Amino acid sequence: MSTESFPAIGPSIGGPSVLRLVWIYPDLLSTYGDRGNLLILARRAQQRGIPVELTEIRSDQPVPQSADIYLIGGGEDGPQALAAQRLRADTGLHRAVGQGSVIFAVCAGYQLLGTSFFAKGTQCTGLELLDLYSDRGPSRAVGELAGDIDPRLGVPPLSGFENHGGRTHLGNGVSPLARVTAGVGNDGTSEGAWRGNILGTYAHGPALARNPALADLLLRWAIGAASLPPLNDLWADRLRAERMAAIRT
Amino acid sequence: MPLRAKVASSVSRTAAALSRAAGRGDGSVIGGWIGLKIDPELLAHLAAGRAVALVSGTNGKTTTTRLAAAAVGVLGRVATNSYGANMPTGHTSALAKAGTTPYAVLEVDEHYLAQVLEATSPRVVALLNLSRDQLDRAKEVAMMAQLWQVALAEHPEVKVVANADDPMVVWAAATAGAVSWFSAGQRWHDDSWVCPECGSAIERSDDQWWCAGCPLRRPEPEWVVDEDGVIDPTGAWHKVTLQLPGQVNIGNAATALAVAAEFGVRPVDAVSRLAVVTSVAGRYAQVVRNGRTIRLLLAKNPASWLEAFDMAEQAPTLLSINARDPDGLDTSWLFDVDFSPLRGRQVLITGDRAFDLAVRLEVNDVPFLHVPSLNAAISSVPPGRLEVIANYTAFQDIRAELDRVN
Repeated sequence: MSTESFPAIGPSIGGPSVLRLVWIYPDLLSTYGDRGNLLILARRAQQRGIPVELTEIRSDQPVPQSADIYLIGGGEDGPQALAAQRLRADTGLHRAVGQGSVIFAVCAGYQLLGTSFFAKGTQCTGLELLDLYSDRGPSRAVGELAGDIDPRLGVPPLSGFENHGGRTHLGNGVSPLARVTAGVGNDGTSEGAWRGNILGTYAHGPALARNPALADLLLRWAIGAASLPPLNDLWADRLRAERMAAIRT
Repeated sequence: MPLRAKVASSVSRTAAALSRAAGRGDGSVIGGWIGLKIDPELLAHLAAGRAVALVSGTNGKTTTTRLAAAAVGVLGRVATNSYGANMPTGHTSALAKAGTTPYAVLEVDEHYLAQVLEATSPRVVALLNLSRDQLDRAKEVAMMAQLWQVALAEHPEVKVVANADDPMVVWAAATAGAVSWFSAGQRWHDDSWVCPECGSAIERSDDQWWCAGCPLRRPEPEWVVDEDGVIDPTGAWHKVTLQLPGQVNIGNAATALAVAAEFGVRPVDAVSRLAVVTSVAGRYAQVVRNGRTIRLLLAKNPASWLEAFDMAEQAPTLLSINARDPDGLDTSWLFDVDFSPLRGRQVLITGDRAFDLAVRLEVNDVPFLHVPSLNAAISSVPPGRLEVIANYTAFQDIRAELDRVN
């Protein structure tokens, strides 16, 4: 386990004394720049005057149940199946959810949250934290992904890159994160899912780099704030505009 | 050579010349493509009668191939695909163009190793490293290592020269008939935390690594980089003087000496040959423009960005990123690179995907200036050195701006 502390770099706005971010199993689930989400959440908290503690939990270590935000990244089939086994046996993540902690999961990590997923040709039991299951799609979905996010979340459209062979089917216990306007997402129509403080997406890797408002949503859930002071997102805004324009051409 | 192969070989040379004359590139791919259309066995025919070495891996292939060709050159003429055209069409072109030579050293794209191994019956295969590279279309790292394993299992007669510092390479070489291990150091560890054999954690301490759950561990290397030299299997140390920057190229030199040794070249005879290699297809090239000495460094994936930061001097640095087909369409890897070594330098950014880079550098606390072109970068920095680090097509764009410098 490695833990790094980062002091606040902006004026304090109250909230928890330290925001604890946990990256689950970077040894198994880390590809496509997944570290980016951790770094972006940390930075955006610090800029609001919230000191941050980042912890990376390897798959042979117990998952702490008292952190504020848990991140789960993407990965290959074998590590994904192994991560599911270990997280089910560990139960730390389930207890954290019971206490209202926030989970943000991408790609393989997102599939993991459901009841089952396919890896290495067999059906694997998931963590059963979201009412959804995943199977193999007819083809690999690779490319730009965009969608209009559930209006209840009050976040501008999702922009990302997807690369996955699975398709995900949502049950009644979850809401889609977005309605797909470009790419495939869950099934070509809906993309991602959320319930309570748990949110998953096929926008892989550093999904929050292109979606700073989504990062702020996770921070608000974690600290229980209705709003956060705005930040200068000039470059993220330019990047979003460029990517949205690229899909239209 | 059968008549069909002779005709194919000759047409292949002509097409390559036409492609060059038309300004459509180096001609190293198109010629081979036409040749293979006429005779699919052409590569095998062209390789027959030559002692062949193949060089494969994610990073360092082009440079190591150039260094190994120089080292083997002690013995006689060497055919090589020195423009980085590393698929069977490129090999076909290179061999056809070279005519009859006793030796060939060929760079092979890691996806094509099995196919080229089959076609060229090499004496030696050098395996450099395996790391994430263009994941939106390339095979994932463990899968690639497995393909190598299968290919090597079918050719126990081939001598493998392999990197003892990369767990993925060591695992891939497990099925080889005989291996000569080299240690060139490995800066990038993020694709080898998990044992590809059993799924347990890979532990590391200093140079050593071992699997916590099975016997996979670092083999004792016979060729070792030591400061600015290489120790050979007899224990003798050879100073390596290169015209290429960075510790990573000393490692590539060690690999080249190990490959040449399999052809019977003594390191003491080969080592001075390595200094003839200057820039490789524009990589490391230096160009003077308006009082700025511009040096070009190619960095295609996270592991090679770390190496580029090591090579670049403390000078203004331009970073250029594209995400066109040859680069991979996904820029997520930018977050796998720690750009903090650039703090304290003047950093400029450009390229199709400069905004992705901008967001990454902001999170990394690296101040930067966005510029529309290389020329704008040149006029934004003081006279002196300008380091340019770019990914594949961004690198080619900048090379074109500098008149296809080699």
